[in-house]
Amino acid sequence: METPDQIRDRLLARFPGASVAVVANPGPAAQHSLLLGSGEARAMAEFLRDSPGLRLDFCSNVTGVDWLDREVTDVASKTIPDPAGGPPKLVEQRTKRLQPGYLEVVYHLYSVELRHGPVVLRLRTGNRSDRVAVPSLTPVWRSCEFQEREVFDLFGVVFDGHPDLRRILMWDEFKDHPMRKDYVEPDDYEWEPTPHADVLAKARRHYPAAAPAAKEEPAP
Amino acid sequence: MSFSLPSPLESAPGARVRAVRDPFHGDLLEVSMGPHHPSTHGVFRMNVTLDGETVVKLKPVFGYLHRNHEKIGENASYLGSMPYTDRLDYLCSMTNNWAYALAVERLSGQTVPERAEYLRVILAELTRLLNHTCFAGFILQDCGASGTPLMYAFREREKILDLFESLSGSRMMCNFQRFGGCRADATPEWLEAARALVDGYGEFEELLTGNEILMARTQGVGRLPAKLAVGAGITGPMLRASGVGYDLRKVDGYGVYPRLDFRVPVGADGDTYDRYMVRVLEMRESIKILRQALGTLPGGPVMDPKARLRGFRAKPGEVYSRIEGPKGEIGFFLISDGGPNPYRYRVRPPSFINLTVLEDLCLGHSIADTVVILGSIDIVLGEVDR
Repeated sequence: METPDQIRDRLLARFPGASVAVVANPGPAAQHSLLLGSGEARAMAEFLRDSPGLRLDFCSNVTGVDWLDREVTDVASKTIPDPAGGPPKLVEQRTKRLQPGYLEVVYHLYSVELRHGPVVLRLRTGNRSDRVAVPSLTPVWRSCEFQEREVFDLFGVVFDGHPDLRRILMWDEFKDHPMRKDYVEPDDYEWEPTPHADVLAKARRHYPAAAPAAKEEPAP
Repeated sequence: MSFSLPSPLESAPGARVRAVRDPFHGDLLEVSMGPHHPSTHGVFRMNVTLDGETVVKLKPVFGYLHRNHEKIGENASYLGSMPYTDRLDYLCSMTNNWAYALAVERLSGQTVPERAEYLRVILAELTRLLNHTCFAGFILQDCGASGTPLMYAFREREKILDLFESLSGSRMMCNFQRFGGCRADATPEWLEAARALVDGYGEFEELLTGNEILMARTQGVGRLPAKLAVGAGITGPMLRASGVGYDLRKVDGYGVYPRLDFRVPVGADGDTYDRYMVRVLEMRESIKILRQALGTLPGGPVMDPKARLRGFRAKPGEVYSRIEGPKGEIGFFLISDGGPNPYRYRVRPPSFINLTVLEDLCLGHSIADTVVILGSIDIVLGEVDR
């Protein structure tokens, strides 16, 4: 099978303005991946599926990864001449900067027809805010349908163009995205507002003196 | 509490609504099948819209058994996740263990002794026998043969579970594979018992395959075309029943499968009967594999002496690794940042993804066929909901 570098070159030859980069995997498995820009991701995915040498007709696995903000240290070495006339000194300058986090969606593609794979695709969002979107690849591979819904549910990535983007594992009224790294569990998952709480609050407003010491209901 | 009936325009693509709200046929009826329904194999719900008895729309609802397995995996050490993998597909803990152990071995570049590779193949094929036996029992239960076939299936299954118990200490939650080998070695008595089991297996199947009721209920029901199956990520016996001979034991050739002689059965029609038949044929191939593996099991250790389990750390990197489980491709995607826990731990659950086409298979069939079609997909909710 072609290497990720060859696939990138083919994609760039077909889509000249697109952004494609190879993300190296330092581990022993050496499954390097292709980072696609969101703009033409779907057209590139269709090309990968239909192009004769690749025929990646089977999208096996779709998942999300949450990368938090990271503090990165840049090391720059500088040569400083010695004013006393000795040999120049090599000084390392360390500067810290904050690399903003992002959410990433990873696709593992195989070819059933040609029996090769995996080719790993990655799509990244710009930041980790609430409504961050990447293009949906469900129109290209139907197998992404439930898995993209799962990524939307658990990570909060919105897939543009998904035919039926709803929560899948958590219930519809659930607010947060539990697979994010900074997710904080609620005190009580099963808390829900009841009419009883409304009645108590009303009683407190009307009879402040008689009402018991105000015990706030926990926030949902 | 109010719910509105869907208008016919909202029906799923491909649905043919024959007559809606005319005096003869009446309105569409929305039925919530499950989560407490005996045919849903657990807590699984289908929101079915019916025109008379015909399904015109079907939306599966998951999550009743959701415990965020992946988050637990990210907060546990590599070894600590191994017992949790038993609970994914709780009929097939041995193959779940193997899939996870293999993923970690590929992440860290470990190798496994020869004897452990053979033992893994033996245990995986026993698991496949066990799963497909239960499948045959369940699908007859779904056809309405109440109790008896299932009890016969469970009698056969119990023999395999006895083997698992004597080897690993637990019938179903085996927790047996480790990174770099297996937790315990098989004794000569165990191997003898396994050989005896393999030789006596298969009596049960003779009762079923020619069964007229089974044929009448399953032939031509829930056809899955090959192109849709590949596009929708269907794997395992369900894909092969549609005529695509894609078996990871042959394609990826992991373990010692390339050295063993077996064939990959494929179906012709892709209907429910083919999904049943492919599994029966696969059981025969599994018995062939078991005979060969039990006959040529080499000596030696079952655990790499250099393997480190406690305090295991993998070098930074990532891996996606998959094996052919009894229900389909079970894969693990792991990202290591060098720490004691995986940074990202993802399970690719075969029966969850096989449910993608449930609606396509059921449209136009009666609600009783829905039950049989769901049974032929062979789901386990521990894995679907994770």
